[in-house]
Amino acid sequence: MFAYLIRRLVYVLPVAVGVSIICFLLVHIAPGDPLTAIMPVDATQEEQDAMRSAYGLDKPLPVQYAIWIGKAVTGDLGKSIATGRPVAGEVFSAVKNSLLLAFTASIIAFPIGLLLGFIAGYFRDTFIDRLVTAFAITGVSVPNYWLGIVLVIVFSVQLGWLPSMGAGPGGSGQWAWDYAHIKHLILPSITLAVVPIGIVARTVRALVGDIFSMDFVQALYAKGMRHGDVLRHVIRNAAPTALSVMGLQLGYLLGGSILIETVFNWPGSGFLLSNAIFQRDLPLLQGTILVLALFFVSMNLIVDVAQAAIDPRIKRS
Amino acid sequence: MALRNLRGAALAALSIAALATVSFDAWAAGTLRVGMTASDIPLTTGQTDQGGEGMRFMGYTVYDSLIEWDLTSADKASVLIPGLATEWSVDPDDNTKWTFKIREGVTFHDGSPFTAHDVVWNFDKLLVPESEQYDPRQSAQGKSRIPAVASYKALDDFTLEIITKTPDATLPYQLAWILMSSKANWEALDKNWEEVAKAPSGTGPWKLTGFVPRERAELVPNEAYWDESRVPQLDKIVLMPLPEPNARTAALLSGQVDWIEAPAPDTIPALTGNGMEIVSNAYPHNWTWHLSRLEGSPWNDIRVRKAANLAIDRDGLKALLGGLAIPAKGFLPPASQWFGEPTFEVKYDPDAAKALLAEAGFSPENPIKVKALISPSGSGQMLPLPMNEYVQQSLAEVGIEVEFMVVEWNQMINLWRAGAADPSVDGSQSLNFTYFIQDPFTGLIRHLSCDLIAPNGTNWGHYCDPEMQALFDEIKTTFDPEAQNAVLRKTHEKYVNDALFLMVTHDVAPRAMSPKVKGFIQAQNWYQNFSGITIEE
Repeated sequence: MFAYLIRRLVYVLPVAVGVSIICFLLVHIAPGDPLTAIMPVDATQEEQDAMRSAYGLDKPLPVQYAIWIGKAVTGDLGKSIATGRPVAGEVFSAVKNSLLLAFTASIIAFPIGLLLGFIAGYFRDTFIDRLVTAFAITGVSVPNYWLGIVLVIVFSVQLGWLPSMGAGPGGSGQWAWDYAHIKHLILPSITLAVVPIGIVARTVRALVGDIFSMDFVQALYAKGMRHGDVLRHVIRNAAPTALSVMGLQLGYLLGGSILIETVFNWPGSGFLLSNAIFQRDLPLLQGTILVLALFFVSMNLIVDVAQAAIDPRIKRS
Repeated sequence: MALRNLRGAALAALSIAALATVSFDAWAAGTLRVGMTASDIPLTTGQTDQGGEGMRFMGYTVYDSLIEWDLTSADKASVLIPGLATEWSVDPDDNTKWTFKIREGVTFHDGSPFTAHDVVWNFDKLLVPESEQYDPRQSAQGKSRIPAVASYKALDDFTLEIITKTPDATLPYQLAWILMSSKANWEALDKNWEEVAKAPSGTGPWKLTGFVPRERAELVPNEAYWDESRVPQLDKIVLMPLPEPNARTAALLSGQVDWIEAPAPDTIPALTGNGMEIVSNAYPHNWTWHLSRLEGSPWNDIRVRKAANLAIDRDGLKALLGGLAIPAKGFLPPASQWFGEPTFEVKYDPDAAKALLAEAGFSPENPIKVKALISPSGSGQMLPLPMNEYVQQSLAEVGIEVEFMVVEWNQMINLWRAGAADPSVDGSQSLNFTYFIQDPFTGLIRHLSCDLIAPNGTNWGHYCDPEMQALFDEIKTTFDPEAQNAVLRKTHEKYVNDALFLMVTHDVAPRAMSPKVKGFIQAQNWYQNFSGITIEE
C-alpha cells in the first residue's frame, strides 16, 4: 500500500507542473489588459508602462513563469494587481469559504444521491426506478444558477425566511457555527447539491443494477446467502466507483461553483475567480486556478488511494 | 381578472409576510447598509480605485481634499467649495503660481494635526517614485488627475504653494480628486501601505473601523469632524460589494441592505411594488457615440452628424430605460451650468435628418455606412446592447446603416485609449462610450484637444480644430470662475452646434432604498453627502 501511495504521489508531480504551465499560459491568452481595471480610464501610456514594469508584466512570458513558479513553490503567489493584497491569503480565505459550502453541499448531496441511486438500482425498471431517474435527470438538467434565483425569490424575497446573500451577518471573517451563520449556507448549498445528487444517483443506479444482474450475485443467492449479506457484497462492489464519482463531484463543488457563488454573493473561490477574470487580475487568476487545480489533483489522489484501500484489485493493477 | 386579483392579493400577503419576518441581522438603530456595484471594497488608503463609486463611498467619506464639491443641493449643478483649503488664489504676475490657505484646527482620525506639510507629503505619495511614501497603487489612481502640477511646497504650516506646468485655471477641479491621508498613521504602521489599508486615517466625516475584503467595510462617524454641519447622524454605514444586479435587488427586497446602487431598470417595478423608493437626479454623465474625424470618416460631414443627432427618438429610448434617463440636448446635461445656448437643437426630427442626408447624397435607399464599436456591458454603459440596437434602428430609418463591432468592456477601454487610427479598432468610425463630465478637463477638454489625440490622450476621434483649441486655451487661462464658466458655455455651444458627438442620453444615477432611509439629498454629482441620512426604525 505504501509503495502504491509513493507511486501515485510521483505521478502527481508532472501533473502539477503541467497544470501550473497551462494555467499560467491560459490567463495570458485571454484578451484584455490587467492594468485596465486598476488605472483610471484616461491614464497616459507612460503611466501604464510604469505600472506594467512595476508588476513585471513587461518581461518575456518564460521569465514571468519562472519567477511566478519559483515563488509559488515557497507558498508566495504574488500580490493581486487589483487589491495589492497577497494572493495566497486571498485564495486561502476564499477556498476556506468554498470548502465550507462544498462540504455542506456534499453532506446534502451524497447521502441523498447514494440512497436514491441504490433504490433505483434495486427496483430497476419499476415505477420507483423511473420516478427516481426522472428526478435525477431533472437535477442534472436544471441550470443551478436559475434554481438559485428561484430559491432566492421564494425563500428570501417572498417568504423572508433565509438570507439571499453573504456568508453571515458579519461576513466570513466572523464565521461561527450558529443559526445566524448557518442559515446563510442553506440556499447556496442546496442549489449546489442538486447536480451531484443527480449524477451520484444515476451512477449508483447503473452500478447497482448491473451488479445485481451479475453471475456472482446469483451464485451467492444460490449458495443460500441471506438477502442482507448479498446486499453487503453489492455495496462493496459498487463502492469504489461511487467513491470515485463523489470525489470528482467534490472537485466540481469546489471549483465549479462560480455561478452559484455569484448568485448568492458567497465569498468563495468561484466568486474570487469571477472577480479576477473581470478585472484581468493575472496573479489572482493564476493563483486561484493553480490552487483549485491542485485541489482537484489531490482529490483524485485521495480517491485513488481510498479505492485501493477498499478494493485490493486496484492496488495490484 | 379574478385570478389576477387573487394572485395580487397573494403576492401582497407574501410581501407583508416578508417584511414582517425579515430579521436577519440584528443591526443597531441608525445603520445604513449599502449594496455597491463594485466587486470589492474600494482601495482604503486614500486615493481610491473603482472610479466614481470608489470616491463616493471610500473617498469623500473617510478623506477630504483641498477643494470639494458642494453636495448640499439636489436642485442645481454642484460647484466647487473650500475643503481642507479655505481659500486659494493665483499670482497675477505669474499665472502658474498658486497659493492655498490651509484650514487650521483639522485633525486626522489618528489625532495628528493636518498642515500644509501633509499636503506636500501626499503629493509626493502620488508623484515622486523616489519618496519613501510613494505608493504605486494610489499613484495609478491619482497622478493622471493632476496633470497641471509641476511642483509644490509648504510656505509655512498653513500656506501651500503649487506651481503648474503652464497657466491652468482648471487646477482647482483637478485638486478635488486628491485625497489626504495621514502621514502619522503611515509612520505608526511601519510605513507599510498594506497595513494602512486595514487601519486608514483621513480627516473625513467617517472613520473606517474594519473591513472584510470583498465582503464589507464598516464606517462610523468622526464626531470631531471640522465641519460641524457634516458630522454624520447615523451610527454606522456598512458597505457591501454586490456586483450582480439581481443579487442587489434581492438583498434590498429581503431586507439585508437598505440602499442599492444602480438597480436594473427591469427590477424597478418589483422594487417600487414592494415599497422601495427609487431616487435619481441629473448628474454629469453622458451616453454618446464618439465620432472619428480621420480622413475618410463619414462623420466629417456636419450634415451627416446633425442628421444622426436628429434621427433618434430619445423619449422612446427613455421609455425603454424605464424612465431613468434624461434625453440629451447636448453633450452636457441640460441643467449644467456650462450648457449655454446652442443654436442647433438636438431633438427628434427624422424629416430634417433625411433632408440633411439627401443634401449630402444619401437616403434610406442609398444609405451611408458606418461602423460602431460597442460593448455588451461596462461601468456606466447603462444597457448598451438594447440602447445601441435602438440607435441603429433609428439611424437606419433616415439612411445611416450601422455595423457593430462588439468587444468586451476591458477591451473597449483599450480601444478607446488606442484611438480611431489604431488597427485594433478595425476601421470603426464610432465608439459608444459613457463619460464622466464633472469638470472642464474630463468633461470637455480631454475629448477634443489637439495635444491629447490618442494614444497620447483620450481624443479618440483625432479631432483638432483651431477654434476649439483656442477655447480650451481660454478655459485654462481664465482664472475668474464666472468668466471661466462663460468660456465653458461657449465651448459647449460649439460642441452642440457642430454636432461633434452623437449625443443620445444622460444617466440619472438611480438608486433604490428602503423607506426607512431618510434625509438623503441626491446632489447632481458623482459624489454624495451621507452625513444627513438617518434610518427610521
